[in-house]
Amino acid sequence: MEKRIRVLVAKPGLDGHDRGAKVVARALRDAGFEVIYTGLRQTPEQIAEAALQEDVNVIAMSILSGAHPHLFPKVVDLVRSKGMKDVLIIGGGVIPEGDIPALKEAGIAAVFTPGTPTSDIVDFINEHVK
Amino acid sequence: MDIVKELLNGSRLALARTITAIENESEETAAIMKKLYPHTGHAFVIGITGPPGAGKSTMTDKLARAYRKMGKTVGIIAVDPTSPFSGGAILGDRIRMNSLTLDEGVFIRSMGTRGSLGGLSHKTADAVKAMDAFGKDVIFVETVGVGQSEVDIVKMADTTVVVLIPGMGDDIQAIKAGILEIGDIFAINKADHEGADKLQVELNMMLDLDSHMSKWRPPIQKVVSSRGDGIDELIEQITKHNEHVTETGELIKRRRERAKTEFLELLQATLGKYIKKQIVDTGKLNSYVDSMQLHETDPYTIVHETMDSLLK
Amino acid sequence: MSNEKEKIQAGLDTYNASVDKAIAKFPERGHLPEQRLYTPLDIENDDYNEQLGYPGMYPYTRGVQPTMYRGRFWTMRMYAGFSTAEESNKRYRYLIESGASGLSCAFDLPTQIGYDSDDPISEGEVGKVGVAIDSLADMEILFDKIDLGKVSTSMTINAPASVLLAMYIAVAEKQGVTPDQLKGTIQNDILKEYAARGTYIFPPRPSMRLITNIFEYCSKNVPKWNTISISGYHIREAGSTAAQEIAFTISDGIAYVEAAIKAGLDVDAFAGRLSFFWNAHNNLLEEVAKFRASRRIWAKVMKERFHAKNSKSMKLRFHTQTAGSMLTAQQPNNNIVRVALQTAAAVMGGTQSLHTNSRDEALALPTEESVMIALRTQQIVAYESGLADVIDPLAGSYYVEAMTDRIEKEAMEYIKKIDEIGGAVTAIEKGYIQKEIQDSAYKWQMDVEKGARVIVGVNKFQIEEKPVEGLLRVDASVGEKQKEKLAKMKAGRDNEAVKKSLADLKEACKDENENLMPHILAAVKTYATLGEICGVMREVFGEYEAHTTL
Repeated sequence: MEKRIRVLVAKPGLDGHDRGAKVVARALRDAGFEVIYTGLRQTPEQIAEAALQEDVNVIAMSILSGAHPHLFPKVVDLVRSKGMKDVLIIGGGVIPEGDIPALKEAGIAAVFTPGTPTSDIVDFINEHVK
Repeated sequence: MDIVKELLNGSRLALARTITAIENESEETAAIMKKLYPHTGHAFVIGITGPPGAGKSTMTDKLARAYRKMGKTVGIIAVDPTSPFSGGAILGDRIRMNSLTLDEGVFIRSMGTRGSLGGLSHKTADAVKAMDAFGKDVIFVETVGVGQSEVDIVKMADTTVVVLIPGMGDDIQAIKAGILEIGDIFAINKADHEGADKLQVELNMMLDLDSHMSKWRPPIQKVVSSRGDGIDELIEQITKHNEHVTETGELIKRRRERAKTEFLELLQATLGKYIKKQIVDTGKLNSYVDSMQLHETDPYTIVHETMDSLLK
Repeated sequence: MSNEKEKIQAGLDTYNASVDKAIAKFPERGHLPEQRLYTPLDIENDDYNEQLGYPGMYPYTRGVQPTMYRGRFWTMRMYAGFSTAEESNKRYRYLIESGASGLSCAFDLPTQIGYDSDDPISEGEVGKVGVAIDSLADMEILFDKIDLGKVSTSMTINAPASVLLAMYIAVAEKQGVTPDQLKGTIQNDILKEYAARGTYIFPPRPSMRLITNIFEYCSKNVPKWNTISISGYHIREAGSTAAQEIAFTISDGIAYVEAAIKAGLDVDAFAGRLSFFWNAHNNLLEEVAKFRASRRIWAKVMKERFHAKNSKSMKLRFHTQTAGSMLTAQQPNNNIVRVALQTAAAVMGGTQSLHTNSRDEALALPTEESVMIALRTQQIVAYESGLADVIDPLAGSYYVEAMTDRIEKEAMEYIKKIDEIGGAVTAIEKGYIQKEIQDSAYKWQMDVEKGARVIVGVNKFQIEEKPVEGLLRVDASVGEKQKEKLAKMKAGRDNEAVKKSLADLKEACKDENENLMPHILAAVKTYATLGEICGVMREVFGEYEAHTTL
């Protein structure tokens, strides 16, 4: 077996602040994961379809514009409706504490806010990918 | 329903999971491939290779769009190197093909080289077969043409396009040895940049010196992928090459050669796995080495005994 | 070495010998790269007039105006704007009443990327990071009861800057204010969008054309307008170092000047209206050195490379914003202190205007109370701290002067490298600048994670925290409201006139020699929407596709 954890790193929405997404992508690579980076302005439909074709274990999204209450749950719904039941979906960015319970309710497994060490994200993935 | 049936019924998820099984060398792969094999052999496989930064992904994106316009379904396998330090990889080719993501007639898969010894080309070949069985008309295999294993990958293509760009200086000399001989067509990308004409002259000279391609003289096509210039002409060249190899029987010869290589590689890989399982993982290797160091025995004897027990 | 320098060297040697052993006992401080003490020996070129000169005099190291803050303070400009034009108008009027001397408009992402609020891609984004502007109708509401003849307005808008500027001109005309009275800035810096900020629309070539069109149009019609704010701010936010921030930005500036000269403009006709936008980061002294170095580099570039004659063309005037990426979500009140120090850096570095971030911006859009503290921070620095009492107060500090020289040298090396690649546009297309920024960003993050760089409250001195309450939330119904407003506006306008103006704009786009500004202005006045206007340009120019390298 030559298994590798595959992660789709995506930026849904229109904001162009990809510093965090890129730093995370690199850190995940350095942790031994295969990272598929899809760049800016990805629609939920594009993210879900790319996740399917790449058969990823994890979808990691970053939003800094405040559009997360709308976009994160939409990605979860699309991904699940495509039959990917056990894909771990996580989010990050400027996300107020108060929004997190609703996002978790919607199926976002974890939300990483500014200041989170990338090693926390790596650990979380390692612990939760089946 | 099993995964093969689902794949043959057009489930993209099943195709994705089949390729994962192939990549992971998981145990069910052999069973899956056995069932898929009868459904393969229909797709036209195009290899795209060239040095880093040559614009291969953008060119693949434009070619794929052109084939879609002709009503063909398209599969794309984009191979990127795995980091030798961490075993991880950033697979970034998809970013240049984002507009194809929502086209149901296109399936893109990124693969990391995962540092497997020689196993990469047969994994890629199996991924191509999965897409072929799925019903893709045209399958692109895109790799960075720098190492031998990448060159091996494109050898399984029916037609290989080598992508070069002007301004590489002396690099072309180094590249020449590796990929000149595998190019059925040469595309000079970013042909609006300075040095495109010079590169064309150099390439022509090299091709003139090369004698192995007496029947097919690889054409050189200038392209500006970012604007789509030269893409239609490139497709014309690809079609011509395809016609040529079909008519001359070269295609059958190539595919036969490929089947041979594939069989031998698979056999070697399976043997390799067997050796690892029986000798390395069991600790036998260490005890052999111990006795060799004490000069109690020699490697020839051990190999002989191992082969005997293997062939029993 | 002169006798004087020998004496200093001898003294320094004695000092070093005595302190080396003692210093070794403090391993925690060992990672600091700088030498621990600076002396006159660290100043390589000590020709005062050549290196420093006087405020308002070449090479402007000490400031671009002769009087600096002894004349008047910097413009205290607060970046604001959210949800609808009505809400933002209220916030602007509140800021003006609170003593802000300039407005700074933030637009939502659909506006920044040239989409209307009813476009499917805008879903979830309308009114989120700024105000939604779909047409002239929104712009009229945004500046309702604000005298555009008096206020100076800065608009953070890039790819569609021409359209927003046209709307501003049209609103002013309705107020009876002629274009030549208008004061303000559009960011209009597309190169850093490709390199760092991500809100681009068109490919580089037509984008550069739009920018030179604006330079030309404004030099004739809107002479007091700052036609571009060449921005290092976002490059720094994306993770660059101080030297990279000014190097990449000045390289962008060089590309704009070259494009305008190539389009037939005389350098002195437009260069005086170019302005810059820097980040005020955490390292106070390094930032002051950076601001000073940037002025010296630009003066030399304009004089020596572009042979500018007018002194205005050589002056690097700049706006500053405190570093948003340095705000922490942890213990957010600590951010007030960070912003105060960053403000001190900007002021001692001689900024022309300043936006101070609010403490809660790592969590959400700032509340009114937080914005007030941020503005008060500027006022305290201005009136109470003494930092603004004399001009360029840190000049002559061995450390600051040596660092000014070092940053200038590092930046010049980058600028040379970019020249060799073929200029900023090519360097961006090749991903060179993006890669350099990403490498720095990654290094920063790893330093923080290893603890080599301490961020108070984040990787040291953490506490258990309760979630912050009272954050500003943008009403989720903003998108729907904006869509309704847009539909109503579209039903009420003269759609024939709109169609005609858009067709005319399309033709103009195809003719590379045509200045697009008058055509855009004409379209805006028919209430053609931003999305419609950008849509026409998209058809002709195509869209930029990012080639991210990691």
